[in-house]
Amino acid sequence: MNEAKPKPSAKVSDQKPTREQKHLLSLEHIKKSFGDARVLKDISIKVDTGEVVAVIGPSGSGKSTLLRCATLLETFESGRLAYGDLTIAENDANGCAVYASKAVLKHAKTRFGLVFQNFNLFPHYTVLHNITAAPLRVQKREREEVVALAQSLLDKMGLAGKENMVPCELSGGQQQRVAIARALALNPQVLFFDEPTSALDPELTREVLNVIRDLAAEHMTMVIVTHEMSFARDVADRIVFMEGGVIVEEGTAASLIANPQQERTKAFLSHYGE
Amino acid sequence: MLGMLGEGFIVSLQIFCLTLLGSLPLGLLVAFGRMSRIKPLSIAVQIYISVMRGTPLMLQLMVVYYLPYFGFGIGIGDSYRFVATIIAFVINYAAYFAEIYRSGIQSIPRGQYEAAGVLGYSRAQTFFSIIFPQVVKRILPAVTNEVITLVKDTSLSFVLSVPEMFTTAKAIAAAQKSMVAFAVAGVFYYVFNAVVAFAMNLVEKKMDYYHE
Repeated sequence: MNEAKPKPSAKVSDQKPTREQKHLLSLEHIKKSFGDARVLKDISIKVDTGEVVAVIGPSGSGKSTLLRCATLLETFESGRLAYGDLTIAENDANGCAVYASKAVLKHAKTRFGLVFQNFNLFPHYTVLHNITAAPLRVQKREREEVVALAQSLLDKMGLAGKENMVPCELSGGQQQRVAIARALALNPQVLFFDEPTSALDPELTREVLNVIRDLAAEHMTMVIVTHEMSFARDVADRIVFMEGGVIVEEGTAASLIANPQQERTKAFLSHYGE
Repeated sequence: MLGMLGEGFIVSLQIFCLTLLGSLPLGLLVAFGRMSRIKPLSIAVQIYISVMRGTPLMLQLMVVYYLPYFGFGIGIGDSYRFVATIIAFVINYAAYFAEIYRSGIQSIPRGQYEAAGVLGYSRAQTFFSIIFPQVVKRILPAVTNEVITLVKDTSLSFVLSVPEMFTTAKAIAAAQKSMVAFAVAGVFYYVFNAVVAFAMNLVEKKMDYYHE
Protein backbone atom coordinates (compact mmCIF):
# COMPACT_ATOMS: atom_id res chain seq x y z
CA MET A 1 0.00 0.00 0.00
CA ASN A 2 0.91 3.61 -0.29
CA GLU A 3 2.98 5.19 2.44
CA ALA A 4 1.59 8.11 4.38
CA LYS A 5 3.70 10.58 2.40
CA PRO A 6 1.59 13.30 0.77
CA LYS A 7 2.20 12.61 -2.90
CA PRO A 8 5.01 11.25 -4.97
CA SER A 9 5.35 14.23 -7.27
CA ALA A 10 6.84 17.59 -6.29
CA LYS A 11 10.35 16.18 -6.25
CA VAL A 12 12.15 18.57 -8.52
CA SER A 13 13.44 21.59 -6.64
CA ASP A 14 12.71 24.26 -9.24
CA GLN A 15 9.00 23.58 -9.18
CA LYS A 16 7.67 26.90 -7.94
CA PRO A 17 7.92 29.80 -10.31
CA THR A 18 9.94 32.45 -8.55
CA ARG A 19 7.77 35.48 -9.23
CA GLU A 20 4.21 35.52 -8.05
CA GLN A 21 2.85 37.04 -11.24
CA LYS A 22 3.84 34.25 -13.61
CA HIS A 23 1.09 31.89 -14.60
CA LEU A 24 2.03 28.28 -14.72
CA LEU A 25 0.86 28.17 -18.30
CA SER A 26 -0.06 31.03 -20.51
CA LEU A 27 -1.31 30.90 -24.06
CA GLU A 28 -1.83 34.34 -25.52
CA HIS A 29 -3.49 35.22 -28.80
CA ILE A 30 -2.73 31.87 -30.38
CA LYS A 31 -3.49 31.67 -34.09
CA LYS A 32 -3.11 28.48 -36.02
CA SER A 33 -4.20 27.31 -39.48
CA PHE A 34 -4.02 24.08 -41.40
CA GLY A 35 -3.72 25.33 -44.96
CA ASP A 36 -6.67 27.64 -45.49
CA ALA A 37 -8.56 26.40 -42.46
CA ARG A 38 -8.12 28.70 -39.51
CA VAL A 39 -8.36 26.32 -36.57
CA LEU A 40 -7.42 28.66 -33.74
CA LYS A 41 -8.44 32.31 -34.02
CA ASP A 42 -6.83 34.32 -31.27
CA ILE A 43 -7.11 32.03 -28.28
CA SER A 44 -5.84 33.03 -24.85
CA ILE A 45 -5.87 30.84 -21.76
CA LYS A 46 -3.97 31.21 -18.53
CA VAL A 47 -3.67 28.46 -15.97
CA ASP A 48 -2.44 28.92 -12.42
CA THR A 49 -0.90 26.39 -10.08
CA GLY A 50 -3.43 23.94 -8.72
CA GLU A 51 -6.13 24.92 -11.17
CA VAL A 52 -8.16 22.38 -13.11
CA VAL A 53 -9.42 23.73 -16.41
CA ALA A 54 -11.82 21.79 -18.60
CA VAL A 55 -12.04 22.63 -22.28
CA ILE A 56 -15.31 21.65 -23.88
CA GLY A 57 -16.80 22.18 -27.30
CA PRO A 58 -18.04 20.36 -30.37
CA SER A 59 -15.76 18.31 -32.61
CA GLY A 60 -13.64 20.51 -34.83
CA SER A 61 -13.78 23.42 -32.43
CA GLY A 62 -9.98 23.45 -32.17
CA LYS A 63 -9.71 22.25 -28.58
CA SER A 64 -7.43 19.33 -29.39
CA THR A 65 -5.32 21.53 -31.63
CA LEU A 66 -4.98 23.99 -28.77
CA LEU A 67 -3.72 21.19 -26.53
CA ARG A 68 -1.34 20.03 -29.22
CA CYS A 69 0.02 23.55 -29.57
CA ALA A 70 0.53 23.80 -25.82
CA THR A 71 2.38 20.47 -25.79
CA LEU A 72 4.57 21.36 -28.78
CA LEU A 73 3.08 18.68 -31.02
CA GLU A 74 1.96 21.46 -33.34
CA THR A 75 3.45 24.86 -33.95
CA PHE A 76 1.29 27.94 -34.18
CA GLU A 77 1.80 30.89 -36.49
CA SER A 78 1.16 33.68 -34.10
CA GLY A 79 0.87 34.18 -30.36
CA ARG A 80 2.80 33.56 -27.19
CA LEU A 81 3.28 30.40 -25.16
CA ALA A 82 5.04 30.29 -21.81
CA TYR A 83 5.42 27.86 -18.95
CA GLY A 84 6.09 30.03 -15.91
CA ASP A 85 9.30 31.91 -16.55
CA LEU A 86 10.04 29.79 -19.60
CA THR A 87 8.95 31.47 -22.82
CA ILE A 88 8.44 28.87 -25.53
CA ALA A 89 7.27 31.04 -28.39
CA GLU A 90 6.74 34.74 -28.82
CA ASN A 91 5.76 37.01 -31.67
CA ASP A 92 8.44 38.90 -33.53
CA ALA A 93 7.91 42.42 -34.83
CA ASN A 94 5.83 41.09 -37.71
CA GLY A 95 3.48 39.18 -35.43
CA CYS A 96 4.89 35.77 -36.36
CA ALA A 97 5.54 33.34 -33.56
CA VAL A 98 9.22 32.52 -33.09
CA TYR A 99 10.06 29.44 -31.06
CA ALA A 100 12.83 29.26 -28.49
CA SER A 101 15.93 27.12 -28.91
CA LYS A 102 15.80 23.34 -28.90
CA ALA A 103 17.33 23.28 -25.43
CA VAL A 104 14.54 25.48 -24.06
CA LEU A 105 11.88 23.35 -25.73
CA LYS A 106 13.45 20.24 -24.26
CA HIS A 107 13.48 21.82 -20.84
CA ALA A 108 9.86 22.89 -21.28
CA LYS A 109 8.88 19.29 -21.91
CA THR A 110 9.80 18.46 -18.33
CA ARG A 111 7.10 20.87 -17.15
CA PHE A 112 4.08 19.25 -18.73
CA GLY A 113 2.70 15.82 -19.39
CA LEU A 114 0.11 14.76 -21.94
CA VAL A 115 -2.40 11.92 -21.78
CA PHE A 116 -3.68 10.93 -25.21
CA GLN A 117 -7.09 9.76 -26.29
CA ASN A 118 -5.55 6.52 -27.62
CA PHE A 119 -3.17 6.09 -24.68
CA ASN A 120 -0.16 5.65 -26.99
CA LEU A 121 1.63 3.39 -24.56
CA PHE A 122 4.72 1.68 -25.91
CA PRO A 123 3.39 -1.79 -26.72
CA HIS A 124 6.76 -3.53 -26.51
CA TYR A 125 7.49 -2.24 -23.00
CA THR A 126 6.10 -3.66 -19.80
CA VAL A 127 3.88 -1.43 -17.67
CA LEU A 128 6.79 -0.63 -15.37
CA HIS A 129 9.13 0.09 -18.26
CA ASN A 130 6.55 2.38 -19.85
CA ILE A 131 6.57 4.47 -16.70
CA THR A 132 10.28 4.41 -15.91
CA ALA A 133 11.73 4.75 -19.41
CA ALA A 134 11.52 8.52 -19.78
CA PRO A 135 12.61 9.45 -16.23
CA LEU A 136 15.64 7.16 -16.66
CA ARG A 137 16.57 7.95 -20.24
CA VAL A 138 15.53 11.56 -20.60
CA GLN A 139 15.85 12.92 -17.08
CA LYS A 140 18.70 10.56 -16.11
CA ARG A 141 17.28 10.04 -12.64
CA GLU A 142 18.32 7.30 -10.23
CA ARG A 143 16.84 3.92 -11.06
CA GLU A 144 15.91 3.16 -7.46
CA GLU A 145 14.02 6.40 -7.00
CA VAL A 146 12.25 6.07 -10.35
CA VAL A 147 11.16 2.48 -9.78
CA ALA A 148 9.89 3.33 -6.30
CA LEU A 149 7.96 6.27 -7.71
CA ALA A 150 6.54 4.10 -10.50
CA GLN A 151 5.41 1.52 -7.95
CA SER A 152 3.67 4.13 -5.83
CA LEU A 153 2.02 5.63 -8.91
CA LEU A 154 0.76 2.21 -9.94
CA ASP A 155 -0.60 1.71 -6.42
CA LYS A 156 -2.38 4.99 -6.70
CA MET A 157 -3.84 4.04 -10.07
CA GLY A 158 -5.10 0.77 -8.64
CA LEU A 159 -2.70 -1.18 -10.81
CA ALA A 160 -0.36 -2.70 -8.24
CA GLY A 161 0.86 -6.08 -9.40
CA LYS A 162 0.58 -5.25 -13.09
CA GLU A 163 4.20 -4.06 -13.36
CA ASN A 164 5.36 -6.85 -15.63
CA MET A 165 2.38 -7.02 -17.91
CA VAL A 166 2.46 -5.51 -21.37
CA PRO A 167 -0.19 -3.01 -22.47
CA CYS A 168 -2.04 -5.48 -24.71
CA GLU A 169 -2.82 -7.55 -21.63
CA LEU A 170 -4.66 -4.63 -20.01
CA SER A 171 -8.11 -3.18 -20.57
CA GLY A 172 -8.41 0.25 -22.14
CA GLY A 173 -9.11 1.84 -18.78
CA GLN A 174 -6.05 0.21 -17.27
CA GLN A 175 -3.93 1.29 -20.22
CA GLN A 176 -5.10 4.85 -19.83
CA ARG A 177 -4.23 4.77 -16.13
CA VAL A 178 -0.75 3.51 -17.00
CA ALA A 179 -0.50 6.41 -19.44
CA ILE A 180 -1.42 8.81 -16.63
CA ALA A 181 1.21 7.23 -14.39
CA ARG A 182 3.73 7.51 -17.21
CA ALA A 183 3.03 11.23 -17.53
CA LEU A 184 3.15 11.78 -13.76
CA ALA A 185 6.47 9.98 -13.40
CA LEU A 186 8.21 12.96 -14.99
CA ASN A 187 6.89 15.18 -12.18
CA PRO A 188 5.19 17.62 -14.53
CA GLN A 189 3.82 20.92 -13.25
CA VAL A 190 0.77 20.62 -15.43
CA LEU A 191 -0.94 17.61 -16.95
CA PHE A 192 -2.91 17.80 -20.20
CA PHE A 193 -5.63 15.34 -21.11
CA ASP A 194 -6.85 15.07 -24.68
CA GLU A 195 -10.28 13.42 -24.45
CA PRO A 196 -8.88 10.77 -22.12
CA THR A 197 -12.02 8.66 -22.05
CA SER A 198 -13.29 8.96 -25.62
CA ALA A 199 -11.89 5.55 -26.55
CA LEU A 200 -13.40 3.85 -23.50
CA ASP A 201 -16.77 2.36 -22.64
CA PRO A 202 -18.72 3.87 -19.69
CA GLU A 203 -17.43 1.39 -17.13
CA LEU A 204 -13.78 1.98 -18.01
CA THR A 205 -14.44 5.70 -18.35
CA ARG A 206 -15.43 5.78 -14.69
CA GLU A 207 -12.14 4.18 -13.59
CA VAL A 208 -10.14 6.79 -15.46
CA LEU A 209 -12.26 9.73 -14.34
CA ASN A 210 -11.91 8.63 -10.73
CA VAL A 211 -8.15 8.73 -11.05
CA ILE A 212 -8.32 12.23 -12.51
CA ARG A 213 -10.68 13.25 -9.69
CA ASP A 214 -8.10 12.02 -7.16
CA LEU A 215 -5.43 14.08 -8.86
CA ALA A 216 -7.69 17.13 -8.75
CA ALA A 217 -8.20 16.58 -5.02
CA GLU A 218 -4.41 16.68 -4.65
CA HIS A 219 -4.40 19.99 -6.53
CA MET A 220 -2.57 18.72 -9.54
CA THR A 221 -2.73 21.41 -12.21
CA MET A 222 -4.63 19.99 -15.15
CA VAL A 223 -6.08 21.03 -18.48
CA ILE A 224 -8.66 18.53 -19.67
CA VAL A 225 -10.31 18.40 -23.06
CA THR A 226 -13.41 16.34 -22.48
CA HIS A 227 -16.94 15.51 -23.55
CA GLU A 228 -17.90 14.38 -20.06
CA MET A 229 -19.95 17.35 -18.91
CA SER A 230 -20.85 16.19 -15.43
CA PHE A 231 -17.24 15.25 -14.85
CA ALA A 232 -16.11 18.67 -16.04
CA ARG A 233 -18.60 20.33 -13.72
CA ASP A 234 -17.49 18.26 -10.72
CA VAL A 235 -13.78 18.38 -11.20
CA ALA A 236 -12.89 21.57 -13.01
CA ASP A 237 -12.45 24.92 -11.35
CA ARG A 238 -12.99 26.62 -14.64
CA ILE A 239 -14.61 25.59 -17.90
CA VAL A 240 -13.68 26.99 -21.29
CA PHE A 241 -16.21 26.53 -24.08
CA MET A 242 -14.68 26.62 -27.53
CA GLU A 243 -16.35 26.61 -30.91
CA GLY A 244 -15.06 27.43 -34.37
CA GLY A 245 -11.57 28.24 -33.12
CA VAL A 246 -12.59 30.86 -30.58
CA ILE A 247 -13.41 30.83 -26.90
CA VAL A 248 -17.13 31.48 -26.77
CA GLU A 249 -17.49 31.50 -23.05
CA GLU A 250 -15.40 30.87 -19.99
CA GLY A 251 -16.34 30.70 -16.35
CA THR A 252 -16.39 28.73 -13.13
CA ALA A 253 -17.55 25.20 -13.65
CA ALA A 254 -20.81 25.54 -11.81
CA SER A 255 -21.87 28.83 -13.36
CA LEU A 256 -21.00 27.96 -16.95
CA ILE A 257 -22.86 24.68 -16.91
CA ALA A 258 -25.84 25.82 -14.84
CA ASN A 259 -26.14 29.30 -16.24
CA PRO A 260 -24.48 29.75 -19.62
CA GLN A 261 -24.60 33.31 -20.96
CA GLN A 262 -24.05 32.70 -24.65
CA GLU A 263 -26.64 31.19 -26.97
CA ARG A 264 -24.07 28.88 -28.53
CA THR A 265 -23.03 27.58 -25.14
CA LYS A 266 -26.64 26.93 -24.25
CA ALA A 267 -27.22 25.11 -27.52
CA PHE A 268 -24.13 22.98 -27.05
CA LEU A 269 -24.96 22.11 -23.46
CA SER A 270 -28.53 21.21 -24.32
CA HIS A 271 -27.19 18.60 -26.75
CA TYR A 272 -25.21 17.13 -23.93
CA GLY A 273 -28.03 17.62 -21.45
CA GLU A 274 -28.14 14.98 -18.77
CA MET B 1 32.82 -35.50 -52.81
CA LEU B 2 31.20 -34.58 -49.50
CA GLY B 3 34.44 -32.97 -48.38
CA MET B 4 34.61 -30.79 -51.48
CA LEU B 5 30.97 -29.84 -51.21
CA GLY B 6 31.52 -29.12 -47.52
CA GLU B 7 34.33 -26.72 -48.41
CA GLY B 8 32.05 -25.10 -50.95
CA PHE B 9 29.36 -24.86 -48.34
CA ILE B 10 31.70 -22.91 -46.06
CA VAL B 11 32.19 -20.36 -48.85
CA SER B 12 28.41 -20.18 -49.41
CA LEU B 13 27.98 -19.63 -45.69
CA GLN B 14 30.55 -16.83 -45.79
CA ILE B 15 28.70 -15.13 -48.63
CA PHE B 16 25.45 -15.53 -46.73
CA CYS B 17 26.75 -14.12 -43.44
CA LEU B 18 28.74 -11.24 -44.94
CA THR B 19 25.79 -10.26 -47.12
CA LEU B 20 23.45 -10.07 -44.14
CA LEU B 21 26.06 -8.27 -42.06
CA GLY B 22 26.40 -5.65 -44.76
CA SER B 23 22.93 -5.37 -46.20
CA LEU B 24 20.84 -5.27 -43.03
CA PRO B 25 22.44 -2.06 -41.70
CA LEU B 26 22.94 -0.60 -45.19
CA GLY B 27 19.30 -1.29 -45.96
CA LEU B 28 18.27 0.84 -42.98
CA LEU B 29 20.42 3.72 -44.22
CA VAL B 30 18.93 3.32 -47.70
CA ALA B 31 15.44 3.36 -46.18
CA PHE B 32 16.28 6.64 -44.41
CA GLY B 33 17.52 8.03 -47.72
CA ARG B 34 14.36 6.89 -49.45
CA MET B 35 12.19 8.59 -46.80
CA SER B 36 14.38 11.69 -46.62
CA ARG B 37 12.79 15.08 -47.07
CA ILE B 38 15.80 16.06 -49.18
CA LYS B 39 14.28 15.48 -52.61
CA PRO B 40 17.44 14.80 -54.66
CA LEU B 41 18.60 12.22 -52.12
CA SER B 42 15.24 10.53 -52.04
CA ILE B 43 15.05 10.40 -55.83
CA ALA B 44 18.61 9.07 -56.18
CA VAL B 45 17.81 6.33 -53.69
CA GLN B 46 14.60 5.47 -55.50
CA ILE B 47 16.54 5.06 -58.75
CA TYR B 48 19.08 2.87 -56.99
CA ILE B 49 16.37 0.66 -55.53
CA SER B 50 14.56 0.42 -58.83
CA VAL B 51 17.74 -0.65 -60.68
CA MET B 52 18.65 -3.20 -58.02
CA ARG B 53 15.21 -4.73 -58.09
CA GLY B 54 14.71 -4.40 -61.81
CA THR B 55 17.83 -6.14 -63.11
CA PRO B 56 19.05 -9.70 -62.53
CA LEU B 57 21.37 -10.25 -59.61
CA MET B 58 23.52 -12.37 -61.91
CA LEU B 59 24.03 -9.38 -64.19
CA GLN B 60 24.83 -7.18 -61.20
CA LEU B 61 27.48 -9.68 -60.13
CA MET B 62 29.07 -9.44 -63.57
CA VAL B 63 28.95 -5.65 -63.61
CA VAL B 64 30.49 -5.30 -60.16
CA TYR B 65 33.22 -7.78 -61.09
CA TYR B 66 34.13 -6.35 -64.49
CA LEU B 67 33.45 -2.67 -63.90
CA PRO B 68 36.85 -1.82 -62.34
CA TYR B 69 38.65 -3.27 -65.38
CA PHE B 70 36.41 -2.27 -68.28
CA GLY B 71 35.18 0.91 -66.68
CA PHE B 72 38.35 2.27 -65.12
CA GLY B 73 41.16 0.11 -66.46
CA ILE B 74 42.05 -1.14 -62.99
CA GLY B 75 43.56 -4.61 -63.03
CA ILE B 76 41.56 -7.10 -61.02
CA GLY B 77 43.18 -10.00 -59.23
CA ASP B 78 41.69 -13.37 -58.48
CA SER B 79 40.85 -12.40 -54.90
CA TYR B 80 38.49 -9.75 -56.23
CA ARG B 81 36.01 -12.43 -57.29
CA PHE B 82 34.90 -12.97 -53.73
CA VAL B 83 34.95 -9.27 -52.88
CA ALA B 84 32.88 -8.46 -55.97
CA THR B 85 30.38 -11.16 -54.99
CA ILE B 86 29.95 -9.67 -51.52
CA ILE B 87 29.62 -6.13 -52.88
CA ALA B 88 26.99 -7.14 -55.42
CA PHE B 89 25.01 -9.17 -52.90
CA VAL B 90 25.15 -6.44 -50.27
CA ILE B 91 23.98 -3.63 -52.54
CA ASN B 92 21.28 -5.83 -54.05
CA TYR B 93 19.89 -7.10 -50.77
CA ALA B 94 20.17 -3.66 -49.13
CA ALA B 95 17.69 -2.40 -51.73
CA TYR B 96 15.19 -5.10 -50.86
CA PHE B 97 15.70 -4.70 -47.12
CA ALA B 98 15.33 -0.94 -47.46
CA GLU B 99 11.83 -1.32 -48.85
CA ILE B 100 10.96 -3.76 -46.10
CA TYR B 101 12.27 -1.37 -43.43
CA ARG B 102 10.35 1.48 -45.03
CA SER B 103 7.08 -0.40 -45.01
CA GLY B 104 7.64 -1.27 -41.35
CA ILE B 105 8.63 2.24 -40.30
CA GLN B 106 5.68 3.80 -42.07
CA SER B 107 3.27 1.38 -40.43
CA ILE B 108 4.06 2.60 -36.90
CA PRO B 109 1.30 4.98 -35.75
CA ARG B 110 2.14 8.66 -35.36
CA GLY B 111 1.01 8.48 -31.75
CA GLN B 112 4.13 6.55 -30.84
CA TYR B 113 6.34 9.39 -32.07
CA GLU B 114 4.13 11.93 -30.33
CA ALA B 115 4.12 10.08 -27.03
CA ALA B 116 7.90 9.80 -27.11
CA GLY B 117 8.26 13.44 -28.14
CA VAL B 118 6.11 14.70 -25.28
CA LEU B 119 8.14 12.57 -22.86
CA GLY B 120 11.25 14.42 -24.04
CA TYR B 121 12.85 11.73 -26.20
CA SER B 122 15.19 13.01 -28.87
CA ARG B 123 14.55 11.91 -32.44
CA ALA B 124 17.32 9.32 -32.30
CA GLN B 125 16.12 7.97 -28.94
CA THR B 126 12.59 7.78 -30.26
CA PHE B 127 13.67 5.86 -33.32
CA PHE B 128 16.01 3.39 -31.70
CA SER B 129 14.18 2.60 -28.49
CA ILE B 130 10.52 3.09 -29.44
CA ILE B 131 10.06 2.75 -33.19
CA PHE B 132 12.72 0.33 -34.38
CA PRO B 133 11.97 -2.53 -31.98
CA GLN B 134 8.34 -2.44 -33.11
CA VAL B 135 9.43 -2.29 -36.74
CA VAL B 136 11.55 -5.40 -36.30
CA LYS B 137 8.59 -7.37 -35.04
CA ARG B 138 6.42 -6.24 -37.93
CA ILE B 139 8.91 -6.91 -40.71
CA LEU B 140 10.25 -10.21 -39.45
CA PRO B 141 8.15 -12.42 -41.77
CA ALA B 142 9.21 -10.38 -44.81
CA VAL B 143 12.85 -10.46 -43.72
CA THR B 144 12.67 -14.22 -43.26
CA ASN B 145 11.53 -14.51 -46.86
CA GLU B 146 14.48 -12.51 -48.09
CA VAL B 147 16.96 -14.43 -45.95
CA ILE B 148 15.69 -17.74 -47.33
CA THR B 149 15.97 -16.40 -50.84
CA LEU B 150 19.51 -15.28 -50.08
CA VAL B 151 20.53 -18.82 -49.12
CA LYS B 152 19.55 -19.97 -52.59
CA ASP B 153 20.86 -16.87 -54.33
CA THR B 154 24.40 -17.51 -53.07
CA SER B 155 24.55 -20.11 -55.83
CA LEU B 156 24.47 -17.30 -58.41
CA SER B 157 28.06 -16.46 -57.56
CA PHE B 158 29.05 -19.42 -59.73
CA VAL B 159 29.09 -16.89 -62.61
CA LEU B 160 32.20 -15.37 -61.04
CA SER B 161 33.64 -18.85 -60.39
CA VAL B 162 33.67 -18.25 -56.67
CA PRO B 163 34.33 -21.70 -55.21
CA GLU B 164 31.05 -21.89 -53.31
CA MET B 165 28.89 -24.97 -53.10
CA PHE B 166 27.06 -24.70 -56.40
CA THR B 167 30.27 -24.02 -58.37
CA THR B 168 31.82 -27.04 -56.69
CA ALA B 169 28.78 -29.21 -57.40
CA LYS B 170 28.88 -28.22 -61.06
CA ALA B 171 32.55 -29.12 -61.31
CA ILE B 172 32.04 -32.48 -59.61
CA ALA B 173 29.02 -33.28 -61.77
CA ALA B 174 31.00 -32.51 -64.92
CA ALA B 175 33.97 -34.59 -63.82
CA GLN B 176 31.92 -37.58 -62.65
CA LYS B 177 29.27 -37.33 -65.35
CA SER B 178 26.67 -37.74 -62.61
CA MET B 179 23.84 -35.80 -61.01
CA VAL B 180 24.70 -36.95 -57.49
CA ALA B 181 26.67 -33.84 -56.59
CA PHE B 182 23.72 -31.65 -57.53
CA ALA B 183 21.38 -33.76 -55.43
CA VAL B 184 23.71 -33.55 -52.44
CA ALA B 185 24.09 -29.79 -52.89
CA GLY B 186 20.29 -29.54 -53.02
CA VAL B 187 20.08 -31.32 -49.68
CA PHE B 188 22.68 -28.95 -48.23
CA TYR B 189 20.67 -25.92 -49.37
CA TYR B 190 17.46 -27.39 -48.07
CA VAL B 191 18.85 -28.20 -44.64
CA PHE B 192 20.51 -24.80 -44.44
CA ASN B 193 17.18 -23.14 -45.13
CA ALA B 194 15.37 -25.36 -42.66
CA VAL B 195 17.81 -24.15 -40.00
CA VAL B 196 17.31 -20.53 -41.09
CA ALA B 197 13.53 -20.89 -40.98
CA PHE B 198 13.73 -22.53 -37.56
CA ALA B 199 15.95 -19.77 -36.19
CA MET B 200 13.75 -17.01 -37.59
CA ASN B 201 10.73 -18.74 -36.14
CA LEU B 202 12.39 -18.69 -32.71
CA VAL B 203 13.01 -14.96 -33.03
CA GLU B 204 9.39 -14.42 -34.05
CA LYS B 205 8.20 -16.42 -31.05
CA LYS B 206 10.42 -14.38 -28.80
CA MET B 207 8.68 -11.22 -29.96
CA ASP B 208 5.28 -12.74 -29.51
CA TYR B 209 5.04 -11.51 -25.95
CA TYR B 210 3.09 -8.49 -27.14
CA HIS B 211 0.82 -7.42 -29.93
CA GLU B 212 -0.46 -3.98 -30.76
